Amino acid sequence: MLITCPYCGPRDVIEFTYQGDGNRQRPQPSSQDLDAWNAYVYDRLNPAGDHNEIWQHSGGCRAHLRVVRNTLTHEISSSGFARGDHKAARHRLETKS
Amino acid sequence: MVERQSPLEPEFHPGSHGNFEHGVEIILSETRPGSILQLAAWPGEEKRLMSSIYKVAGLALPDGAGGGVADGVKAAFGFAPGKFTVVDEAEGLASAFAGVITPNIGTVTDLSHGRTAIRIAGPKAEWVLAKFFAIDFALPAFPVGAGRSTTHHDVFAQIQRTGADQFDIYVFRSFARSFWKALCHASEEVGYEVQ
Repeated sequence: MLITCPYCGPRDVIEFTYQGDGNRQRPQPSSQDLDAWNAYVYDRLNPAGDHNEIWQHSGGCRAHLRVVRNTLTHEISSSGFARGDHKAARHRLETKS
Repeated sequence: MVERQSPLEPEFHPGSHGNFEHGVEIILSETRPGSILQLAAWPGEEKRLMSSIYKVAGLALPDGAGGGVADGVKAAFGFAPGKFTVVDEAEGLASAFAGVITPNIGTVTDLSHGRTAIRIAGPKAEWVLAKFFAIDFALPAFPVGAGRSTTHHDVFAQIQRTGADQFDIYVFRSFARSFWKALCHASEEVGYEVQ
């Protein structure tokens, strides 16, 4: 399986570390909404198909990446830096609350 | 300054080795630079960091991922977004950068004692390195001056191409001897010389 790092180019999966499901939205740290925390910790989509994931190029540039991987074929349909997305996700969260 | 001991010493045997009856096709050496620095820019400060590298070291870095330059005495290359390795034969580069890279531009980390620089040169250098790392070593894909970060069996390595058939590899000092032995074994079949 090859993952295309936006900085280093296509690299073998052995250089990468899986950092978890990319669909999770962490509640505000002060949130007391137990359902939201429960969903953040336990609920997973578990799709048979395209899945948003966070990977780290730990054996290369060490950047965190947002990757869409097909769980049936391992095909990587997109990859990019997670940094910008993280800010966008926080913004979405802040404007929502 | 104290004299630095090479971690390769017990396994560093100058001379020709391996299958060299038909000629030596690999030259291995330790470049022992006085300064090895890691410079990191905060997001958005990359250009200012690159101009600081030009100001202090006189090296004009090209734009783009992994871009680098080497002039035989000093070398610099990008190895991650906003992060650069800068190397100098002389000691004291960290203090030269400390005054220029202010805390609002980024950080300076002195790795001079933490990394070992190994040089592999010769017509079969690409071929030997291809046994170690799953990256493209062909000249169009990996131009002279450019840098790459990758791993060999979990040993993190930064590689800079410093000539058409010459590469400088920066590895953790603690893993350097084992990496060096592996490099020697991999070079045996084409004949190598340790200088």
